[in-house]
Amino acid sequence: MRYLPLSDTDRTSMLASIGAPSIDALFTDVPEAARLSGVIEDLPLHASELSVERQLKALASKNLVAGEVPFFIGCGAYRHHIPASVDHIIQRGEFLTSYTPYQPEIAQGTLQVLFEFQSQVARLYGCDVANASMYDGSTACWEAIGMARRITRRSKAVLSAGLHPHYVSLCDTMAKFTGDTLVTADPVLTDGAPGDDMARLLAAIDGETSCVVVQNPNIFGHVADLSELADACHAKGALLVAVVTEPVALGAIKSPGEMGADIVVGEGQSIGVGLNFGGPYVGLFACNEKHVRQMPGRLCGETVDAAGQRGYVLTLSTREQHIRREKATSNICTNAGLCALAFTVHMSLLGEAGLRKLASVNHARAVLAAERLAQVPGVELVNGAFFNEFTLRLSKEARPVVKTLAARGILGGVALGRLYPKLEGLANGLVVAVTETTSEEDVEQLASALEEALA
Amino acid sequence: MTINPSGWRPERALAANDENEGGGTFTGNRALMLEEKLIFEIGDSKSCGVDFDDVPEVASRLGGLERSAPIGLPGLSEPETVRHYTRLSRQNYAIDLGLFPLGSCTMKHNPRLNERMARLPGFADVHPLQPAETVQGAYELIHVLGQWLIKLTGMNSVAMSPKAGAHGELCGLLAIRSALEARGDARKVVLVPESAHGTNPATAAFCGYSVETIPATKAGRVDRAALEGRLAPDVAAVMITNPNTCGLFEREMVEICEAVHAAGALVYCDGANFNAIVGRVRPGDLGIDAMHINLHKTFSTPHGGGGPGAGPVVFSAALSPFAPLPFVEKTGDTYILVEEETADEDHSRSFGRMAAFHGQMGMFTRAASYMMSHGADGLRQVAEDAVLNANYILRQLEDVLDAPFGESGPCMHEALFSDEGLAEGLSTMDIAKGLIDEGFHPMTMYFPLVVHGAMLIEPTETESKASLDQFIGALRSVAERARAGDLSLKAAPFYAPRRRLDETAAARKPILTWRDATPAE
Amino acid sequence: MTTYYTREHEWIAVEGDVATVGITDYAQAQLGDIVFVEVPGAGTTVAKGKEAAVVESVKAASDIYAPVSGEVVEGNAALEGDPALANTAPETEGWFFKLTLSDPAELEGLMDDTAYKAFVDSL
Repeated sequence: MRYLPLSDTDRTSMLASIGAPSIDALFTDVPEAARLSGVIEDLPLHASELSVERQLKALASKNLVAGEVPFFIGCGAYRHHIPASVDHIIQRGEFLTSYTPYQPEIAQGTLQVLFEFQSQVARLYGCDVANASMYDGSTACWEAIGMARRITRRSKAVLSAGLHPHYVSLCDTMAKFTGDTLVTADPVLTDGAPGDDMARLLAAIDGETSCVVVQNPNIFGHVADLSELADACHAKGALLVAVVTEPVALGAIKSPGEMGADIVVGEGQSIGVGLNFGGPYVGLFACNEKHVRQMPGRLCGETVDAAGQRGYVLTLSTREQHIRREKATSNICTNAGLCALAFTVHMSLLGEAGLRKLASVNHARAVLAAERLAQVPGVELVNGAFFNEFTLRLSKEARPVVKTLAARGILGGVALGRLYPKLEGLANGLVVAVTETTSEEDVEQLASALEEALA
Repeated sequence: MTINPSGWRPERALAANDENEGGGTFTGNRALMLEEKLIFEIGDSKSCGVDFDDVPEVASRLGGLERSAPIGLPGLSEPETVRHYTRLSRQNYAIDLGLFPLGSCTMKHNPRLNERMARLPGFADVHPLQPAETVQGAYELIHVLGQWLIKLTGMNSVAMSPKAGAHGELCGLLAIRSALEARGDARKVVLVPESAHGTNPATAAFCGYSVETIPATKAGRVDRAALEGRLAPDVAAVMITNPNTCGLFEREMVEICEAVHAAGALVYCDGANFNAIVGRVRPGDLGIDAMHINLHKTFSTPHGGGGPGAGPVVFSAALSPFAPLPFVEKTGDTYILVEEETADEDHSRSFGRMAAFHGQMGMFTRAASYMMSHGADGLRQVAEDAVLNANYILRQLEDVLDAPFGESGPCMHEALFSDEGLAEGLSTMDIAKGLIDEGFHPMTMYFPLVVHGAMLIEPTETESKASLDQFIGALRSVAERARAGDLSLKAAPFYAPRRRLDETAAARKPILTWRDATPAE
Repeated sequence: MTTYYTREHEWIAVEGDVATVGITDYAQAQLGDIVFVEVPGAGTTVAKGKEAAVVESVKAASDIYAPVSGEVVEGNAALEGDPALANTAPETEGWFFKLTLSDPAELEGLMDDTAYKAFVDSL
């Protein structure tokens, strides 16, 4: 077997040096009833590299590849171009096959990357500090609610109706077990501001509120000013948690930190990480300096070595499970190291100039697409302000339309009926994402296919 | 004749002189050991390593929320970026460079076929919200991998969405709590052996349980009498790692599971050490109710400097109805994704969603590629070689390092030593740092907590005998120095990119992000 | 002023009905470099034997249990900026918090200086 270096001669001589008569003698502590005498049946036997490649390529070929068709799906994961050098760097064995940097003298590469990552995320979000990443945006969102509970010692979180419904669903699941109260509401496709429920949020904040959780741009693509909400939270001793599922937006719109958010979390996938059918992604998590000890996840910090040279270590680890055990800020043990590296390399290639340019290209293409699609009979643009994603109201239920488009080889967006099957008022909604990868021809194809489907 | 016009002739006499050590360098570099500043020190806000296609100017629709203040993100051209991160990469130790004996972490070789397969556009470039009919191959891959996991563990069902081991633990405990609550039996306590990984008590607390610790016996296994003595109607679950973190198989696992079930509680098995038994033991046959599987340990997906991982959870029949959403189901020849909307009838008891989408697809592809490569026969050999390698290390070193459980039977895939017998003033930390100078990543240190100065060594099956022998020689040498009181070990490492780092200073005044130098006033 | 000691290595100096609480020199030596101390704020009520403060070294976090019950009148703000005080001056400037005793009888059974020294020697 190509991954196993021991030869039978090695095995025999090693067993002899151990003093074991056979390999079975090393498994005698396993209760007899649970010892398998032979190979597990009903599973394939070993296969060559060529054979595995063929089998997996056959499976992969059954999928419609986003990059090969007109593609408009977003809602929490976005298709952006990833520079070739990003994928090259993350495949260097020194990054790919290293472990959590618990021995800092021989892990300065990973640690310095994490320090750069934390600095980039903090600046992107407009916060003082960021951690070394979380599993993804949705889990980071729940961790932020927990952090707000620890800081405020209150357990009522008010969730915006514009928050990604899968994030809401996850929070619902977790709150059932932790005893947090979640105040939620069904979204409405208000003209000019779909999913915006600022008035409701402002009214809901009271002395029991730990935090308000608001996504910007929201699930419908709507962009809002969070400043008033931040002030209202602070007036009642609550925190504002802002969620960003499309980080490229922050190359164009004010960061949540600038608007007063106390904790900013989100999905980092757009920068450097592919769609990957939902994972792995990279959760971003930032906050103000004064709350850092309540922050979950790993943190990398600067220090010096015995010779006085600058270096980096994992720090403030007493917050974490391996020391604090049942009193830890979170049970999380890993971050999304390699995806954080991809984010950092891509962000370093972009720099501020590149990020702003990327954002402006996204916005321009989205504005042009929205205007073009709104001309299709039976299509209405719901959004006023948006970045690279917007909601259309169709004259028909959107789910069958999406299916029809897919049959024609167009991945035309996300039907709101898929995300909110129980809300009939949203059934005609279609959320369309447009990035730098979307061409004018793609938009034309979608427009004409929509026109046919709605006729 | 013209004698040597360039003047170039070999001169080794001075270079071979031991007393001539060289001094500091202008750059701070030491030949291939290259210093590298932060991106914030070498980049600037104007530089960019990406070109864009032009787009027409449009009137902004950002609602007046334009980001006008500087963001402070430095950029570099592509060649500078590639060089920056390549230079940083060389300051890391990695499996590709040598044996990586971190106990309980299973740092095995990461096959590159897995990387190629994960990058097939049909897996890498598909969106989680694509219509089901356009992603049948992706659903099928998840289903196939799930079947492998079910059969290898002898369990009833699998939840694929947990994103790492600790997330898997959370998944398992939430299912347990849901099952207990469904039968109207809210219980409040989770029992955890003192040798457990810290995530176990942290997860139990996260789920709202109070945690009680069960002691270990002198032989390094769970104290069954103490465990059974604590079983009562308030105990919801017992979390057990098997093989355990002392590197031993829990011989009485079947009896423990029976006792726990008889008391109305459930058994969560931490599957971190599954690599020791894959293909040779099915945990389901021991009587457990739930177990997570770290795809990044047993099934070779890369650790990537600390993630991403993947932690699918297998369930017994009793817990299967409570598994989280979403999951893939096969109906006839097609695969469907069961989500909140489709869960109403058949899956109404699911405890809900724990991640935005359906799990770590990129890790699934890699793990599937690995399993298909090894097959059921190869995986069995994996466990055998992993256990053989660990026992070889244990027996080769127990004369210079104290093996507290050396008499407790063969170890499984990791060998545990303590700091007993080291000279005054020398510790496990010093041995670890001495190993760095020998060119090895140290073992897991100071874990498990039940052994003083623990050193937990897991070689994995992907090391050759020659590699093991070299490691054994290096550790023997360092251990002998530590026994003899060689205090120079206190200052190790000498040859790494950095000497020992000041963790106290890092924690007392945390510097977590780059701050631009403030201009002098 | 009388100083008492607990088996959890806290000292408590009583003057009138106000007591000052800190950790002993032995405790700080066992902990190693202290990097963070969290002390209760004024007005907090603490109960004997319950968690009142947290002290952290790089690799360990320890709860400090209130040796007696009472209401905190002051936490040592200096520890926040300079946690090393708990190492360098544990029984003077590195005190943790002051409280008013709610039940002076709780002091009975605590060790005096001599008893504590003997206790530490026995460890």
